[in-house]
Amino acid sequence: MNTITRRWHEMNSWQRAIVAAAGVLFALSITRVIADADDLTSGNTFIATVGTAAPILAVALGGLYAERAGVANIGLEGMMILGTWFAAFAGWQWGPWAALAGGAIGGLLGGLLHSLATVTFGVDQIVSGVAINFIAPGVARFLSSEIFVGAGSNGEGTISASPNIAHSMGKFSVPGLSDGLKSLDEKRWFFVSDVAGALRAFVDRMAWSTLIILLLVPISVYVLWHTPFGLRLRSAGEKPSAAESLGVGVYKMKYIAVAISGAFAGLGGAWLVVNVRQYNEGQTAGRGFLGLAALIFGNWQPIVIALGAALFAYGFSLQEAVGKNPVKALYLFIAAAFLAMCIALMFGRKSWRAILGLAITGVGLLAYYFNTDEVNRQFVYITPYVMVLVVITFASSRSRPPATVGLPYRRGQVG
Amino acid sequence: MQTTWTKKVGDALLAPAIAVAAALVVSSFALLVSGHSPIAAYRAMGSFVASTDSVVTILNRGAPLYVVSLGVAIGFRMNLFNIGADGQYRLGALFAAAASSAYSLPRPLHILTIMLIAMAVGGAWAAIPGVLKVTRNVNEVVSTIMLNFVATGLSAYLLNNYMRNERVENVVETKSVPKSGQLPSLNGLIENFGFHFPRLTVLNGFLPVAMVVGIAFYVLIWRTRFGFDLRMTGASPFAARASGVKPARMIITTIVISGALAGLASTGFLLTDFIKYNETFPLGLPFTGIAVALLGKNHPAGIAAAAFAWSGIEQASRGLLDEKIPPEISRIMLGTLLMSSVIAFEVVRRRNLTNAVRLAGLQAVGRAAGGPLDTETQPPSPAAGATT
Repeated sequence: MNTITRRWHEMNSWQRAIVAAAGVLFALSITRVIADADDLTSGNTFIATVGTAAPILAVALGGLYAERAGVANIGLEGMMILGTWFAAFAGWQWGPWAALAGGAIGGLLGGLLHSLATVTFGVDQIVSGVAINFIAPGVARFLSSEIFVGAGSNGEGTISASPNIAHSMGKFSVPGLSDGLKSLDEKRWFFVSDVAGALRAFVDRMAWSTLIILLLVPISVYVLWHTPFGLRLRSAGEKPSAAESLGVGVYKMKYIAVAISGAFAGLGGAWLVVNVRQYNEGQTAGRGFLGLAALIFGNWQPIVIALGAALFAYGFSLQEAVGKNPVKALYLFIAAAFLAMCIALMFGRKSWRAILGLAITGVGLLAYYFNTDEVNRQFVYITPYVMVLVVITFASSRSRPPATVGLPYRRGQVG
Repeated sequence: MQTTWTKKVGDALLAPAIAVAAALVVSSFALLVSGHSPIAAYRAMGSFVASTDSVVTILNRGAPLYVVSLGVAIGFRMNLFNIGADGQYRLGALFAAAASSAYSLPRPLHILTIMLIAMAVGGAWAAIPGVLKVTRNVNEVVSTIMLNFVATGLSAYLLNNYMRNERVENVVETKSVPKSGQLPSLNGLIENFGFHFPRLTVLNGFLPVAMVVGIAFYVLIWRTRFGFDLRMTGASPFAARASGVKPARMIITTIVISGALAGLASTGFLLTDFIKYNETFPLGLPFTGIAVALLGKNHPAGIAAAAFAWSGIEQASRGLLDEKIPPEISRIMLGTLLMSSVIAFEVVRRRNLTNAVRLAGLQAVGRAAGGPLDTETQPPSPAAGATT
């Protein structure tokens, strides 16, 4: 037991992420065999997962920049909404690549508004974020009423939907690898096919927009932890007065960070627009907040954030999977996970309340699993959100946010 | 020395005045850019809103909005951001609607119990993020938003499977609230004073309920021990804890009250215009309530002004259709009003703070110099306010 823990501590975060993902995948493949639900780990599910994760990941990484610089960003959802509108406008005019740029610019404008309020004027960060979430849908709706209504080659634009983007964003498959993994995936061998299915998600029919967002993870690791800029940005969030005394322009860093934050959120919005080649009102559907949850789950670390986004996206992509069996199988998986944690807790720290809670939930889910033919529609809809809530509940007690997130900073202040 | 009441009122009105001016400038600009005349727009809005029917609509919509905003504000007062009013309101409305037809009581009691059910359900749903925050340090913004989605699914599930009125085939809805559970209209009462309503214009009976809640809010926050603890926790959590306030209890109590008010607000529609819960039930209200609470600066009087101004602008924007101006301009107006208000509040607050510090510094200097000091002729150093 001890060597395993030591090994774990010696690993870097990339290695840990891979080990954790492989472990979860192993457990999932046991579950899919027992529950006879192939879609739980099929390549198609994982391909859908990576796609669904992309916008959540973009938003979460956006939140990372702002919060690392000490600015809480509840307004991500609003910035994402601005991103969707501007992406649709740019895409309609100049095509899908312009849509990505347009989305980022739209989000950036939202970010600048947030930094104007919080950094320049020192408004409470949550208040400003809430205000932006309120303003953004209004701005989008007004702009739609002025520009989208009746526009488009077939006049398909309305107040709540943009004209179509003429071309879709290209997709790529890695030649050879994608076909090989596909045939392996379809064999449905235990674990081997499941790993192949998971790997397929990164080489088979991946949209360029998804790839760009995935690349933001290593880029963010590099920028935030391996450049002077990243050090200054993080110092502005951990101890701004000390940073200021060493000549770091704290206001400037916060401005840049929140602007990047908005641009990433807008890019996430643009992903949604490019994906369906259209803007629809309410398209973001709370993904800005899911990104925030992924940020908290990820403990303000890019790689763990990516895992969190994947985890949440997995819950959503099972909804889309054929039949309702996958979600039911997921319940079996969660029940097993809870009972396993329960046993682990009995050997470790004895918190009887936690053990009892886990046991009751686990047994309840098992009972539901064995007494239900098909999970009803509403429960399928709720499942990913409950998953997020449960995951956040377990992750939050050990989370360590940047020291000054949420606190206003005025130049020259003491401490 | 200068805090006469006129100055106090002037200070209180300064920020809103700046905000209104900014909102007017921005929305006029938006109108001009999109090729409409701002003057014509404001005139159309003004004349549309100046009718008995419009005023009654504003009051009918403003009253529940006021209550839900108070619920949001009580959390904001101690930096507890309950964004989950949506779910609390939704579930409160559903349970109250479903339960109301299951029993019968004489009118005032029936109304009261329905309201209590809505409050209990809203409060119970709000307790979940409260408990999660206290026991597991879960950020309430994220948990309440997730719970909003869960509430959406859960209410659809309950409505479809357990609370549906089976007699209606095509529409999924609850049974209607019985007559004895519906709030009476205020028309009769007001017509006693010689005022006559146009036909079909009904002033709902929720308005007095909202007034009572507003007064209760004021008393609770400024005249009770709990309110003192709450304001202190908001101003300085460390000071509060050091003086014996239990944060866990404060958080749970506050968020439960917040949820209960969201639930209560839903009865403002359920017991008046809508009388059953189905997909037409107005659900956007709690979202607006968050903005109204911020706009009203979490003060019952401010929120009252904000709630009725908000529903006033929404109602007035309907008059724009006749002028071929998109009524969505009201969204720009309200959005700018909100953002410029929060900025203006902060700027004015800082200005007052700086002035107070400067004044205190001057008095200290004056005492040290051993003589009276003329504050008018001797400007203080600008650094005095900035670096403390």
